[in-house]
Amino acid sequence: MHLLEPRPRPSRLMRWTAPLIAIVATLLAGSLLFWSLDKSPLASFQVFFIEPLTSRYGWSELLVKACPLILIAQGLAIGFKARIYNIGAEGQLIAGALAGGGVAIYMEGSDSAWVLPAMVLAGAIGGALWGALPAWLRTHFNAQETLTTLMLSYIAGFMLSYMVSGPWRDPEGMNFPQSIMFSDNALFPLLFEGLRVNSSVFMTAFAVLAFWLFNARSFMHFQLEVGGHAPAASRYAGFSSKQTVWFSLVMSGMTAGLAGVGEVAGPVGQLNLNISPGYGFAAIIVAYLGRLHALGIVLAGFLMALIYLGGEAAQVSLQMPFAITGIFQGMLLFFLLGSDVFIDNRLRRSA
Amino acid sequence: MLDILIPILAGALAAATPLIFAGLGELVAERTGVINLGVEGMMLVGAVASFAAAAESGYGAAAGLPAGALAGAATAMIFAFFALSLAANQAACGLALTIFGVGLSAFIGQHYVSYSLPGLKPIAIPFLSDIPLVGPVLFQQDAVVYLALLTFAAVAWTLSKTRLGLLLKAVGESPEAAHAIGYPVIAIRYGAVAFGGALAGVAGAYLSTVYTPLWVQNMSAGRGWIAVALVVFATWKPARLLLGAYLFGAVTILQFHAQGLGIMVPIQFLAALPYIATIVVLVVISRDRRVLQNNLPASLGKPFLPWPS
Amino acid sequence: MHAPVPRLELLNVTKRYPGVVACSEVNLTVMPGEIHAVLGENGAGKSTLMKVIYGAAHAESGTIRLNGNEVRIQSPAQARRLGIGMVFQHFSLFETLTIAENISLVLDEPFDLAALDIRVKDVSQRYGLPLDPRRMVHSLSVGERQRVEIVRCLLQSPKLLILDEPTSVLTPQAVQKLFETLRLLAGEGVSILYISHKLHEIKSLCDRATIIRHGKVTATAIPSQETPASLARMMIGRELPVCRAPVYTGESRPVLSVHGLSVASDQIFGTDLKNISLCVNSGEILGIAGISGNGQAELMAALSGETTVDKVSIVLDGKRVGHLNAGQRRARGLVFVPEERLGRGAVPAFSLSHNALLTAHRKGMKYWGLVRYSKAREFADKCVARFDVRCGGSGADARSLSGGNLQKFIVGREIMLKPKVMIIAQPTWGVDVGASAVLRQALLDLSRNGVAIVVISEELEELFEISDRIAVLAEGRLSVAEPKEQSSAESVGMKMSGLFDESQAVSTEAADALA
Repeated sequence: MHLLEPRPRPSRLMRWTAPLIAIVATLLAGSLLFWSLDKSPLASFQVFFIEPLTSRYGWSELLVKACPLILIAQGLAIGFKARIYNIGAEGQLIAGALAGGGVAIYMEGSDSAWVLPAMVLAGAIGGALWGALPAWLRTHFNAQETLTTLMLSYIAGFMLSYMVSGPWRDPEGMNFPQSIMFSDNALFPLLFEGLRVNSSVFMTAFAVLAFWLFNARSFMHFQLEVGGHAPAASRYAGFSSKQTVWFSLVMSGMTAGLAGVGEVAGPVGQLNLNISPGYGFAAIIVAYLGRLHALGIVLAGFLMALIYLGGEAAQVSLQMPFAITGIFQGMLLFFLLGSDVFIDNRLRRSA
Repeated sequence: MLDILIPILAGALAAATPLIFAGLGELVAERTGVINLGVEGMMLVGAVASFAAAAESGYGAAAGLPAGALAGAATAMIFAFFALSLAANQAACGLALTIFGVGLSAFIGQHYVSYSLPGLKPIAIPFLSDIPLVGPVLFQQDAVVYLALLTFAAVAWTLSKTRLGLLLKAVGESPEAAHAIGYPVIAIRYGAVAFGGALAGVAGAYLSTVYTPLWVQNMSAGRGWIAVALVVFATWKPARLLLGAYLFGAVTILQFHAQGLGIMVPIQFLAALPYIATIVVLVVISRDRRVLQNNLPASLGKPFLPWPS
Repeated sequence: MHAPVPRLELLNVTKRYPGVVACSEVNLTVMPGEIHAVLGENGAGKSTLMKVIYGAAHAESGTIRLNGNEVRIQSPAQARRLGIGMVFQHFSLFETLTIAENISLVLDEPFDLAALDIRVKDVSQRYGLPLDPRRMVHSLSVGERQRVEIVRCLLQSPKLLILDEPTSVLTPQAVQKLFETLRLLAGEGVSILYISHKLHEIKSLCDRATIIRHGKVTATAIPSQETPASLARMMIGRELPVCRAPVYTGESRPVLSVHGLSVASDQIFGTDLKNISLCVNSGEILGIAGISGNGQAELMAALSGETTVDKVSIVLDGKRVGHLNAGQRRARGLVFVPEERLGRGAVPAFSLSHNALLTAHRKGMKYWGLVRYSKAREFADKCVARFDVRCGGSGADARSLSGGNLQKFIVGREIMLKPKVMIIAQPTWGVDVGASAVLRQALLDLSRNGVAIVVISEELEELFEISDRIAVLAEGRLSVAEPKEQSSAESVGMKMSGLFDESQAVSTEAADALA
């Protein structure tokens, strides 16, 4: 059962090629899946990966999906470096959407230019608070964030359901659980006529730059990495693990909250039950696929967005359920985790 | 009052059943030091596989349960390969399993969305079911509920009284020492993970063929995660897991009886109660580091890569 | 007349690991009833050789013969069946199980704890290692745990018993008891392989010795006909280096004092500290002796700041620092070198320059929360040059360094922080003789520069070599520190059993501190 032995020193080659190997392996496994369903793998991949990129509309959609993924993953990545596993980003996204959407609903009727900035701020704070809660539970009660963030994610979902079925339900919405459509000053302006990509792209771009600088140069980042690699060394150095926990959970909550505002003040345009197709979970994969690196995450975000688009296209052209994206995402993460192992280890040379 | 109380208490046991199965399975896996966060995914795969088996064969839950167990164990093996043979990060592998399982089950299940199954009727145990209060609550349940209780008894006895149980505990405390003595640690962990997967699959099978005999995407609604939390709450002791599962079953059932009990609270709040309760129990149990440390299998979650001979 | 058949023969046994040859063409012969030493310094290949004999590792080439018959030992279980028992240096015991449960896991018999209880009591009594089978292993002292390991072997009636560094966890008195047990076994015809680097012990116990250096057999000897110096020469190929310890002539004032420190351990099976007091002056080295498991880890953590305590218990150069963490104490001149190099003193996957950042970041490596990596590299380069750290430059990963070189880097890094006090635990554990000498000399030089040093070590010889005063930590209590001249291995050994009165320590040290 022992397949591996440690390498004398870690393999540089594997560090860079592991994501590529994972992608190729996923494609191969995906081909098997398509083939088993009597669909030509080549034709299916054509629909899945190539077609979405053949039009301006397709590229715009790619950006629309990639930006929230990239944004959330930036925040998650710094936590993952410190081995702080925030898997409730979906809930933090919802919290940010609720906060930002709440501002939009409250300011309905006003045509001030400050509404959108206020929404963004509210979204950031809402998400940050939803990240602060598990941070508090961990630092004060030693409750592991893996389960608490996830539970809070379900709870946020129920909060959203309550608000859009009750207090914030659109009176003219025919009793559907949804809020009013936000007015123009409460929406991110579109960049091009006829395409859904909007100015929240700049928010994401700014975040990428900020995180890239943070990762490359800040002492806080160094402390996070030490905490993730060797907690005993972190104590030895006098770094505060409480600070690390608060910082990473609040930061990832904030980016998820911003992504949430980006959705409801963007392509969704209101609060309803479907503001996110699981971005909070997909962003986890994006973070790992991007090697927890600010720029790697950008590439990985685009790939994941392509999988989403492919899933939608497959629904239409190949009559496959959208759930196929979950299968691809799961496989991708598995293969990535598997290839990563070969950075520090190699197959055992038999005696 | 009694005629509200009895359905709640009885319903709580039924609602607890998937948590008992999944929780016991995860408890055994964690005893050997492996944390498998993919319970939710395994449960769903078990649910869809059992539904399909029940629907296609016409034998209902009798075909469904074994199918669910097999499917759960099979998906667990995917996790085991990456987390044990390749020694990848266990938490991330479990997450990958959940994402994969959710997608796979939805994919297979789309064919079965409009099907319905007959379900299982409760079996009243003679004499015992006539005892006032306790009778209808404990002894008028469907066969799978009784099976869950039997499973609990079997697992509890094996863990505390047999050599196998001792070995599992030893591996969980120190796989290095077990390896040095000569035990096949990885094989033992594979077995424990497979067992956990099988039970998670049975939990899902119960949901889709008995509890609410139909298939809906994501129908476990986070129960897999709650089962993981329950194992922590139970400090890895089966008896406490049973108690915790029952309490959660009661909390879950509450939302359906709220009106009858005169509780005027938004239904979303009641639906959120099990998840809020999970956080509460996690906090309560984690507060005292010593309690956790005394009971935690010391190698939990750490990859085991023995220097090969 | 037949020549007696050797119990064990190793012929040209070779074992490789990725990147290194652990054992090369090793020849070894042990007769029945013989106590045979395998002597070599840390990293020479002794443990690997034992793993091969015990079936926990497989040799690439060579032959193993037991009682004249060639065997291939594939697994520890098979080794046990063949009559080979092994007492590991790092015990393979499960803390949360009882003694009987632990033993039952090794025996290949039907599961019957009640019957096992009786057998354990019998065997342990007979060989002078009494045990109560119902006790949980975590409640046992390290010496008692070793007894469990030995009894576990004895229950299988071994013909060959291997002991890997057995005495590092024993008091001098317990060592004598162990030797009695081993002589009893040898008298019954059991062969004993005794792995150690402790020359005095080998001289007093062993009939023959095989000396291993860099994986090869360099000599065989009869210890009773050699001196410790000649054995050492065979072991390391040259004379044992001696440290220069000039008398300290500078100002002597108390720099670190601890009084009435009582801390509950935060490990589940740890030892609580009770009323600890000590005082160290500038230019002085205070040695703390004691076997692991008596509160060393807790004391280190309390002194370094990894565990914070109440403010008044620890005074550093006149200031109360008990409530400060390790980083804050370092900023005030208290540095610490832990016994775990990888994972605590250094981050294994980080380069040496990043590891310099770990504790030296206050030396101009930060501005406005951002890092100056070039300054970190400079610092690391200087450290590597000054302390002769053999590595691939400051960009090399910490885990690529040998134990000795990494220790030199960590000690050097802390010395370059210009501390007032250095606390160091197990300074030469797992370090080869050459680097050990360098490290001990570095500590002596540091103290003669006015730094107060506290050394905790299990190696009594080391403490007697470099300390000015010696105290003993036992069961969480600290004895009064005595000048080295007034102390001896026997008196220290007595104190290790807890036979001292630390209230004297409280009054004299406390008086010094408050003065």
